[in-house]
Amino acid sequence: MKAPLSWLREFVDLPESVDEIREALDDLGLVVEGIEHVGEGLEDVVVARVDEIHAIDGADRIRRVVVDAGAGPLEIVCGASNFQVGEHVPLAPVGAVLPGDFAIARRTMRGVVSNGMLCSARELRLNDDHEGLMVLDSMIAPRVGERLVDALGLESDVVFDLSIEGNRPDAWSMFGVARDLAARFQRPLREPAVATPNPDSVTADVARGEIEAPDLCGRLTVSVLRNVRVVTSPSWVVNRLERAGMRPISNVVDASNVVMLELGQPTHPYDAHRVVGRTLRVRRARPGESLVTLDGVTRTLATPGRGLGDTGEDCVITDGADQVLGLAGIMGGETSEISDSTTEVLLEAAYFDPMTIARSSKRHGLRSEASNRFERGVDPELALRAVARFVAVLRESVPDLEWVGAPIDVRGVVPTPSTVTVGRDDVERSLGTALPANAVIANLEALGFSVIETNDGDLSVVAPSSRPDIRTGAAGRADVIEEVARVWGYRRLSRHTPTWSEPGAMTDRQRLRRRVRAIVADAGTYEAWTPTLVSESSFSLTHDGSSPVRITNPLAQEESILRPTMVTGLVAAWGRNVERGFLDVRFSEVGVVFTHPRDSELARRTRGGAGGSVDLALPRENERLTVVLGHSDDDASSAVVLWSMVANRLGLADVVVRPADAIGTGVHPTRSANLVDRASGAIVGVVGEVDPQLIASVTGHQGRRLGLLDLDLDVLADTQAVARRSALAVVPSRYPSAVIDLAFVTPQSVHAADLGHDLAAASPLVESVTLFDVYHGAVLAPGNRSLAYTIRLGAPDRTLSDAEVAGARETLIAVGADHGAILR
Amino acid sequence: MNEPDDQITTISTEALAALAAVSSIEELDERVASIVGKRSAFAAVQRTFGSLDPDERREMGARLQEARRAVENAVESRRAHLGDVQRSSMLEADRLDLGDVVVAARTWSVTAGHAGLVGTTQAELEDVFVAMGFAVAEGPEVESDWYNFEALNIPPAHPARGMWDTFYVDLGEPETVVLRTHTSPTQVHLMEAAVANDALPIHAVAPGRCYRRDTPDARHLAAFHQIEGLVVDRNITFADLAGTIETFTRAYFGPDIESRLRPAFFPFTEPSAEFEITCTICRGAGCRTCSNTGWIELGGCGMIDPAVFEAVGIDPDAWSGFAFGFGIDRCAQMRHELSDMRALVENDVRFLGQFA
Repeated sequence: MKAPLSWLREFVDLPESVDEIREALDDLGLVVEGIEHVGEGLEDVVVARVDEIHAIDGADRIRRVVVDAGAGPLEIVCGASNFQVGEHVPLAPVGAVLPGDFAIARRTMRGVVSNGMLCSARELRLNDDHEGLMVLDSMIAPRVGERLVDALGLESDVVFDLSIEGNRPDAWSMFGVARDLAARFQRPLREPAVATPNPDSVTADVARGEIEAPDLCGRLTVSVLRNVRVVTSPSWVVNRLERAGMRPISNVVDASNVVMLELGQPTHPYDAHRVVGRTLRVRRARPGESLVTLDGVTRTLATPGRGLGDTGEDCVITDGADQVLGLAGIMGGETSEISDSTTEVLLEAAYFDPMTIARSSKRHGLRSEASNRFERGVDPELALRAVARFVAVLRESVPDLEWVGAPIDVRGVVPTPSTVTVGRDDVERSLGTALPANAVIANLEALGFSVIETNDGDLSVVAPSSRPDIRTGAAGRADVIEEVARVWGYRRLSRHTPTWSEPGAMTDRQRLRRRVRAIVADAGTYEAWTPTLVSESSFSLTHDGSSPVRITNPLAQEESILRPTMVTGLVAAWGRNVERGFLDVRFSEVGVVFTHPRDSELARRTRGGAGGSVDLALPRENERLTVVLGHSDDDASSAVVLWSMVANRLGLADVVVRPADAIGTGVHPTRSANLVDRASGAIVGVVGEVDPQLIASVTGHQGRRLGLLDLDLDVLADTQAVARRSALAVVPSRYPSAVIDLAFVTPQSVHAADLGHDLAAASPLVESVTLFDVYHGAVLAPGNRSLAYTIRLGAPDRTLSDAEVAGARETLIAVGADHGAILR
Repeated sequence: MNEPDDQITTISTEALAALAAVSSIEELDERVASIVGKRSAFAAVQRTFGSLDPDERREMGARLQEARRAVENAVESRRAHLGDVQRSSMLEADRLDLGDVVVAARTWSVTAGHAGLVGTTQAELEDVFVAMGFAVAEGPEVESDWYNFEALNIPPAHPARGMWDTFYVDLGEPETVVLRTHTSPTQVHLMEAAVANDALPIHAVAPGRCYRRDTPDARHLAAFHQIEGLVVDRNITFADLAGTIETFTRAYFGPDIESRLRPAFFPFTEPSAEFEITCTICRGAGCRTCSNTGWIELGGCGMIDPAVFEAVGIDPDAWSGFAFGFGIDRCAQMRHELSDMRALVENDVRFLGQFA
């Protein structure tokens, strides 16, 4: 909200220093997001009359204009064309410095000397109008040579751009901001001047107002204004509106806007002659009804939208013939709009149910200054005060305006202002700072709360009607205490760092995640962050046929599905770096991939919907570590090497590489293996290569191998499923070990790891078993290969005898034979 | 049956036979013109139609087209079949039994890798909070509206939901499943679990990825990371909150960086505050980054709203607490004076390689 300082000063005496006021606003939670200085730098700008306009040879965009600003003819080169001889425009003479440090100098264009600049409103920072020069004749009776600031009644001003929080509808007005400042600076608050209705007439005699939906409309006031003339507003109204960021339209509409900005009450003026029966009635819209709103859009009413909790309810204003005039509190219709010929105004000032306005406004995609205020909660007691102010403002341009007496004022359901009990110690118990009791009371009273102190020091606090955000009970107490703290100043509250006996800690899962991130970084991978939201085609590359988890309202179709894997993203990241000339890159990522609840037994069930009463199935979120190895010599074997490093550093007891065909989409079908915990059978992940087809689709590269390691951290973290090495230390024997090599010819179906595992368990004398060579050759029978192991034998208490070694060797050979392995 | 009709049947039969004899994609590419293309019998017979009368020509033309299309379809399915055969024979030739990889015989080229900036920043933040006595908790990225909104005192259709630009997930009733817009739902999970297990108090931080439907620019990404703090204990006050923020600020940003609170609105805390810290660029002197105020906004915080306690079943007279949350990416941005957040997701090794 734009708040001109001059407007705030109408209601409260404020310090001179803009910085001090800014500081106070910030500290009150009315955060200043920007400060604009207007009307400064215009001291030298004068009113000039256009006397001649000439074309310049060879130029079609600029013209030579002769003006008189009181000191005789002056030649100016000008690019605008919206003015005529005899009209008056602002002239910045040579030497003037316009806002934004824009110095005006004598210039020559196309051989013509320009002695200054004729200005648009935007160049003067008065408003955004940049259509052409600011032609003054429609605004004022200009006098040649007069200073523009005097001619327009401009005073330099400071405009704060305030961010008003959603729980502070009361502060969404100049008066509301002034009230907070008055409380902070402990100054009195002044009310704006208001009019009184004509006591000799009665509105009910000439107009009607009815509420048919008291739950949607808490209050309807209808006033009749006679002798109206629609003209332009006085300059102070225009200036205020422009500084607050609104466009002046006509005195009637402007008065409505001024009152809304000033007090926070939206009002709606109708042309009384265009409202059948001078009747305003509030009711629910009926299915099938429609309305053309002021923006020219046809709105279908009373149709439920897609939004959660949307009832389809619309609150409308109708006339005496039951014709819909407008969407209550949001926007009026075209039929009853104020026009130049309006002579009598029917003025509506009402209170509408915030949630009704919020739902309607969201459903129709229609937000207005009025709906923004009503949906947060306008003060239900404000309506007639706002009308009285409206009349006072309008009377400045229509002195003989008549406000028919005893305005119609009908009531529906309005929220009762909360009464909250704040115990004697509650403020200190909540804030941790003891505030003087009288300061607590004074702060609240300055904000319009009424406070009664009971005998035991408790406070009974009644919120003003302008504060619908103040609740009851424990929540209301918190609301009131926030108000106290706000006015007192958060910065003045004490601080204390709490301590407790429980130590801080990370879970095993979190430590595991950190560990794998560190291991793969140490191994030379760059940690990537690839998109969670992917395209349909990216999803289909790996998961064609399964159900995508879709976003209902994506920013772009390319980002509309939750990723089912990180492989595709990492391959794309690799491809982009290759394009930039970085050919040897290894990437890793730890993150979540998603499976549609339809496709997963591990879908999460949770509560949702209104009140959390609906049982919902949410996607499975599977945390994984995915590594794509993209050095030029990387392949599936590199991935196995990386895996062995990871497994070792994580202390996994017995997870083996178990080749399998068609492990998963995106994985090379014949160069990949599952990682299986031998004891539990749990699959920890996949090692191997990325499917060449995926690489080609994502990057266009043919024939490049990319190693792949894709680990399921959910499984890896489960120490029941994936056994760790024993924590018990084994001190190596001090006696020399015997080292023997055994090469077995085995069918390909025998896993090297299984044979190695059984060899290691064959005798207590076996210290370790290491595969050191695999030989395929023509000398072996087809489908066989030779596996060569180095086996260390030893005992903790002695050097093994030759006989013991020979015996162990026989045992090992026998174990091999059990696997169908023949010693080579 | 007239003569050209008969001829079409013969041409089709011969074309299909020729197609069946093709044994590779290369061969197919070579021969397709003579089977069904310009050099095929189809083309030849079509040229003879010029002599027919118009009606007959139309009819024969249609029949020929039909037959030709059938053969063209057969060519495509043959091509797909040959592609499959070729891929599987290539894959078969490529077969590698990974169980036979001799790790001891492989070399691993040593290059420096780099942990990601966000993950590293998150770990640093976690470490500070763990040292301050906090446990680290986590929650899911897809949430129901109950956890993301309603239990946090943001009822359905309430305008306050508009404070977050929400991505909705196409599951359940409209707008009931969301990508979490903040880490605050983890607060609700923590409190619900503590109530269910009779395990209050809670002193936890919850880092994680969140999403907002916000077009990415130099300062925002649609996906980002937050860290949430939650303390629920006996006699916790606003002073404890301010003190915790202050201690954290100095520990993480440095002893000369201060914090201050100013009133704000969050539906799930009351009183609520934004917290600002001394601008880390100018150290409070005033610069462009902090709009010459010397302060920059870091996050939001406040005392747990009694309505939230009510939603999770905690007695607000017996327990009190505070919560805070701020951006992890933003901390990284400030510490490294990162001018464009989009660099975080571009995965350019020249960017990633800068961070230890």
